[in-house]
Amino acid sequence: MSEAAATSVAPAEGVSGLLDDWTADKQAYHVPWGKAMMWIFLVSDTFIFTCFLTGYLNVRMTTTQPWPPQSDIFALSFGGAPIPLILIAIMTFVLITSSGTMALAVNYGYRKDKTKTIWLIIATAVFGATFVGMQAFEWSKLILEEGVRPWGNPFGAPQFGSVFFMVTGFHGLHVSAGVIYLLWVARRIWAGYYDKKGFEIVEIAGLYWHFVDLVWVFIFAFFYLL
Amino acid sequence: MASSSETTGQQHPLGIYYKIWILLFVVSAFSYAVDYFDVQGAMRWTLVIVFMLVKAGFIIAIFMHAFWERLALCLTILGPPGVLLLLIGFMAVEGNYTEGARFEFMGHDRDAVALTPAEYHASLAEDHGEGEVAADAH
Repeated sequence: MSEAAATSVAPAEGVSGLLDDWTADKQAYHVPWGKAMMWIFLVSDTFIFTCFLTGYLNVRMTTTQPWPPQSDIFALSFGGAPIPLILIAIMTFVLITSSGTMALAVNYGYRKDKTKTIWLIIATAVFGATFVGMQAFEWSKLILEEGVRPWGNPFGAPQFGSVFFMVTGFHGLHVSAGVIYLLWVARRIWAGYYDKKGFEIVEIAGLYWHFVDLVWVFIFAFFYLL
Repeated sequence: MASSSETTGQQHPLGIYYKIWILLFVVSAFSYAVDYFDVQGAMRWTLVIVFMLVKAGFIIAIFMHAFWERLALCLTILGPPGVLLLLIGFMAVEGNYTEGARFEFMGHDRDAVALTPAEYHASLAEDHGEGEVAADAH
């Protein structure tokens, strides 16, 4: 009886909560296992992206040739004078919009509003696909019109190309995988797969999607702006 | 376990998501404005990195719900990446040394300036002579 009463007490907060969670013979994370696993996957992914960006930091510091001017290279003209970095700015806004629709999808998922959840997830996937489409446009412009290659480019330091293709390519791969993942989750929700299990899956998929947006925040700052 | 509030999902009022969403838009616009108005030097670095950290912080805290998670989970996800700051610091020191050594011993030009795409295409047009300039423009 006393044991049953003890388990119903809410766990302590803060540092004593941390100690309780790690020292007692019980589960450490009070979240569904799928969510804990997604977080651990995202931590490992953080290491991969940080290694890429740290490699970029190192080659950019050590190269003795001038770094190509990103602001001009990623400029785009809509009939008039080229607007600096406008394509990347639009891509950033598209990805933030998709993060917002995803956050709403998670919320409506927990409200068990399946129709809104499915449509918000589909909207997120559409924004994600738009992002990848714009990235494909950006890549083909750089490869075909400007002659940027992983081993060299006409503007300055050859490392620019290798960093660009590796970092944005790996990020674009994450967005593409996310679009497929989201559509798969939406289909399963529609099929009623989570009606009894609960809608944690939307939050788990959302974690992945927000992470992809988060990585873009760092790429946007370090690769495109600085 | 299902009765415990800790095992159920993250459910918060919709309003906070809208507010953070708008905030992310505004801060991204600020980041872009730094480039658009061509802010340079230490000010550029400060502004870009501050805006980046604000955006990253709000995405992790609110959209990914880290703000409401328990400390055990927060430390698991934020602790190990924190160690990466050490890697970044070491690679910056190393990179600085390598760059200095290359300028010192390989005789590269410290003041070299990269070409913009416009300058590059103009130089191509000059190489091809007057007749092909018009053709290149199309």
